[in-house]
Amino acid sequence: ETKKRMPESTKEHRVEQVRLLDRFSSKSTNGTLYLTATHLIFVESSSNNSTSAGQEIWVSASGGDCSAGSAGCPLVIQCRNFRMVQFVVQRERDCHDIYSSLLRLLRPVSYEDLYAFSYNPKQNDQQREEGWQLIDLGAEFERMGVPCDQWQLTDVNRDYKVCETYPRDLYVPITASKPIIVGSSKFRSKGRFPVLTYFYQEKKAAVCRCSQPLSGFSARCLEDESLLQAISKANHNSRFVYVMDTRPKLNALANRAAGKGYENEDNYSNIRFQFVGIENIHVMRASLQKLLEVIGSRPLSMSDYLVGLESSGWLRHIKAVVDAAIFLTKAVTVEGVSVLVHCSDGWDRTAQVCSLGSLLMDPYYRTIKGFMVLIEKDWISFGHKFADRCDQLDGDPKEVSPIFTQFLECVWQLTEQFPQAFEFSEWFLLQIHEHVHSCQYGNFLGNNQRQREELQLRERTHSLWAFLMSEKQNYLNPFYSPAYSEAHPVLEPSTLPYHFKFWRNMYHQFDRSMHPRQSILKTILTLRENSRKQLGVTPVATSDPPAAPPTRVQRSNSNTLPPRPDSLILGAPINHKEVQRHEEDDEQEEVGEEAMESTDTERTVEGSSGTDSRKQSYGELEGTYNSDVAKEEPAVVSLEFGVARMTC
Amino acid sequence: MEFAELIKTPRVDGVVLHRPFLPTVEGTLCLTGHHLILSSRQDNTEELWLLHSNIDSIEKRFVGSLGSIIVKCKDLRVIQLDIPGMEECLNISSSIEALSTLDSVSLMYPFFYRPMFEVIEDGWNSFLPQDFYWWFYEWRLSEVNTDFSVCLSYPPLVAVPKDVDDDTLRKVSTFRHGGRFPVLSYYHKKNGMVMMRAGQPLTGTNGRRCKEDEKLINATLRPGKRGYIIDTRTVNVAQQAKARGGGFELEANYPQWRRIHKALERSNVLQDSLIKLVEACNDQNHSMDRWLSKLEASSWQSNVKEILTTACLAAQCIDREGASVLVHGTEGTDSTLQVTSLAQIILDPTCRTIRGFQGLVEREWLQAGHPFQQRCSQSAFSNTKPRVEAPVFLLFLDCVWQILRQFPCSFEFCESFLVLLFEHAYASQFGTFLGNSAADRSKLSLPEKTVSLWSWVNRPQELERLSNPLYEANSLVIWPSVAPQSLLLWEGVFLRWNRSSKCLDEAYEEMVHIIEYNKELQNKVNSLRRQLAELETEDPLLQES
Repeated sequence: ETKKRMPESTKEHRVEQVRLLDRFSSKSTNGTLYLTATHLIFVESSSNNSTSAGQEIWVSASGGDCSAGSAGCPLVIQCRNFRMVQFVVQRERDCHDIYSSLLRLLRPVSYEDLYAFSYNPKQNDQQREEGWQLIDLGAEFERMGVPCDQWQLTDVNRDYKVCETYPRDLYVPITASKPIIVGSSKFRSKGRFPVLTYFYQEKKAAVCRCSQPLSGFSARCLEDESLLQAISKANHNSRFVYVMDTRPKLNALANRAAGKGYENEDNYSNIRFQFVGIENIHVMRASLQKLLEVIGSRPLSMSDYLVGLESSGWLRHIKAVVDAAIFLTKAVTVEGVSVLVHCSDGWDRTAQVCSLGSLLMDPYYRTIKGFMVLIEKDWISFGHKFADRCDQLDGDPKEVSPIFTQFLECVWQLTEQFPQAFEFSEWFLLQIHEHVHSCQYGNFLGNNQRQREELQLRERTHSLWAFLMSEKQNYLNPFYSPAYSEAHPVLEPSTLPYHFKFWRNMYHQFDRSMHPRQSILKTILTLRENSRKQLGVTPVATSDPPAAPPTRVQRSNSNTLPPRPDSLILGAPINHKEVQRHEEDDEQEEVGEEAMESTDTERTVEGSSGTDSRKQSYGELEGTYNSDVAKEEPAVVSLEFGVARMTC
Repeated sequence: MEFAELIKTPRVDGVVLHRPFLPTVEGTLCLTGHHLILSSRQDNTEELWLLHSNIDSIEKRFVGSLGSIIVKCKDLRVIQLDIPGMEECLNISSSIEALSTLDSVSLMYPFFYRPMFEVIEDGWNSFLPQDFYWWFYEWRLSEVNTDFSVCLSYPPLVAVPKDVDDDTLRKVSTFRHGGRFPVLSYYHKKNGMVMMRAGQPLTGTNGRRCKEDEKLINATLRPGKRGYIIDTRTVNVAQQAKARGGGFELEANYPQWRRIHKALERSNVLQDSLIKLVEACNDQNHSMDRWLSKLEASSWQSNVKEILTTACLAAQCIDREGASVLVHGTEGTDSTLQVTSLAQIILDPTCRTIRGFQGLVEREWLQAGHPFQQRCSQSAFSNTKPRVEAPVFLLFLDCVWQILRQFPCSFEFCESFLVLLFEHAYASQFGTFLGNSAADRSKLSLPEKTVSLWSWVNRPQELERLSNPLYEANSLVIWPSVAPQSLLLWEGVFLRWNRSSKCLDEAYEEMVHIIEYNKELQNKVNSLRRQLAELETEDPLLQES
């Protein structure tokens, strides 16, 4: 017998007669709000009373101020996936109840309260374990050609004794002895000494990463100097190493007063020092905040939009990261020089630059599996502080920063310039972003590997990578050409300002009215799917289907996979989650199939619905515009607490 | 006049051509009456053929005895020619200058051009008004303007309400700017509502009225229905127009009409906007902030947004409100046409086909009297203060591109068609865009003396190049988003020469490939199904089972 989980757990948190407002149009829907331990769910009432409600709102919402004049108490929820939901709750007391419950639920004190620990996709332990084994970093370093005659695996951090924010397995030059490593780690912020993250086999050049040296105004460390020397010696192609400090020079100088700083070229033989000027987490947080304010809650004029985009500085920061990655890539692939990258602690800007640089250098990271490996390596295992940066627990708001979001955006900007170079489409990036914040999977919980082991995430939660891999079909880029990657292993993007665009599908994911109603990506994916099915049909009757075009041979292999129903291909990937949960909860009669049909629940990206359904008004026509308010598909909005943040 | 008089040096050897993202070419430069030609005289290299009329401005630079000419074209391309010898360089540049600024229309290339292709269908006869308007209920084609005496900028045939006679039209024409009395622009089959366009009413300061004008436009309303007048000017601008004899429809005299004012820019402002935009796009040294701020300062995207919004409003009135619409600004030859033509793209699926779009350009731009000759005489690189030139048509194309981007499967044509129209509106071997009105074209005998662009476009190989592989006929009204986040810079025109489009082109080819492959499979499946069905009917054993 299946349990009806939703009504049970929401007995006390069910509020009728709640209005959901659309932030960019005067549209609104009436429904019931449910609060569960992990989700806030809004279910639109059946259409018979939505007509009258619609008319009522027509007047009150036109001013854009939902609290003034109209009855009801507004509740605005800003989600970390950039969804903004505005409810109007009729009774103030109900609103206050929801607000305070949400406040409590949104600030879990312990990791065990996060969704990942209760999420159960009905897998057995073996399947769960297999999911976690999907990504193997040891194998990844082997793929790069490491260990080799110059680089070796060291067990110095086996017990997290030298650096607790690094992984256990680290790769260092063969000539770097343990005392040198330990000595160097004492001279580096948080003990993050220089280690290998990417090895460019063709030129034997290495990308290494670390944190800033504790040099102050004059301190030096012979072990650290020898370690850099060892990195330099490991590459016979070059007599020097680039040291890339990804911070603006001013920030690095300021750090000297605190006993930190940057490498003095006089003390290190054979280094070339370079600042690249990416701003710190606080600047990035403020920039995103500004951007979201600009594009926020009201229809914009073109001028406000462009001025706002400029003053937020967001695209300038994105460009700075890409510029730095290009510098790194050129140094390694063209000059054949090894590069040591650091910032302050070596887990934000350093992660951005190393991972983006590797992606430019190595086509493998531009595949679905390779991209997972890249994130696993440069972000998860090297200790990007996901818990702090994404505010997983009730933490310090000053630690929150969209560093990983920026990385995903940089990748998206590259996919726009190189439509054939990536195996995955934009949907893949959006889905990863969603789950970094949803806390539904264990991968991104905590701040470093040590913490993750303590939390026993592999035993108690599921891996996102396995889920994404099972949905791989949904994330394929139909234009991907492995042949292109063979011909252009290293990408050379242009960073002229006009190549950087506003990522509407990220920051307006859920704002249906903004998106094109037809999408090339979706259309082509559907065509490809049809072709696959036809190939599945034809062999029954004949043995000679038209030969697949030569360059697409790899692709047609995919017809060994069972064809998926159209709905999964056509529906945005996010929908799967909804469906899954509903199956789990066996709530078919409550939210029913309508949930799957509903256009407002899903991530809308492009081409989410028919052509004639845009309900926005282009001008101020007196009240006569009411002919088709009548019937709309009921809406279900579901928010995971991991992604929600209330601003009101 | 002989062109030879203007060509001081017809030929220079050892000229080097520089273009962004393309290899340099060294060869011989030749000047003819209409072309600048650069050829390396090797079989496998491309020759440059540039129409003098495509040249917007030129600059000279000298380093020692090596001179360079920087040629800036109306299609926004910028090329550099290094010419050995100072005298040759000076001669070439002054020749180009003279040849690219010829005053007389009859010296333009279309009068000299002989088609190298077989004309299957003469484009000059492809879009006759009687073929388009004949079936509209309650409307008739009036011949009142056959000799262009009533309105100089109207075509000989215009569609007007059946109940309104030619005398009334003559009277109304005296009350409308440029004689442009209200005529039918579009008939919405779905609900029988119409869109009309006109020049501003000449009410002047003392509120002159014209009963016939009121009668004419009221004749388009169904009993008990109201209509909307969309004035493309702000209330203030419309008020000020009174002082110069113009004005707007007063509520008292037009009680069945509701007037809505929008703020579309006048043509001279648009020219400035284009110049600033292109300047921003061509400066490669910008920081992100400077780029965004210059893009904003150009106001180009704002103009796109405002025009689209106004067109959507007109479409909304017609389709959703079930009301008829009259659109006008001042002259009714610029912003008015942007609105009426875009509204039709939104409302009428026919306009989204290749042929339908040609018809739209023909009806709403060429026949409707948009002064192409004046507006397209200079482009973004003109050094002179703009007088009559303005990118009104280019903005329309930009708006169409925005809708095309939002509905990539609903148009039979692809972006290349829009780019092609942009190019030919500014410089062409065809006569289609010459002259300012139907009267001009008749006076110049263009149909007899020049080839129509449509003759060239409507050939199988060209149609194939311009068609959109994703097209699936969509009979619905398509409502674009006009949020600034949904509108993009038209890279295909403004960044066309400033970026390498290789990756994008290859991806496009790949897309075409996937679509064709799918079609091929589909055909195969269909034919097998047919075979199977035939077998089933033939084979009694199969029938039994």
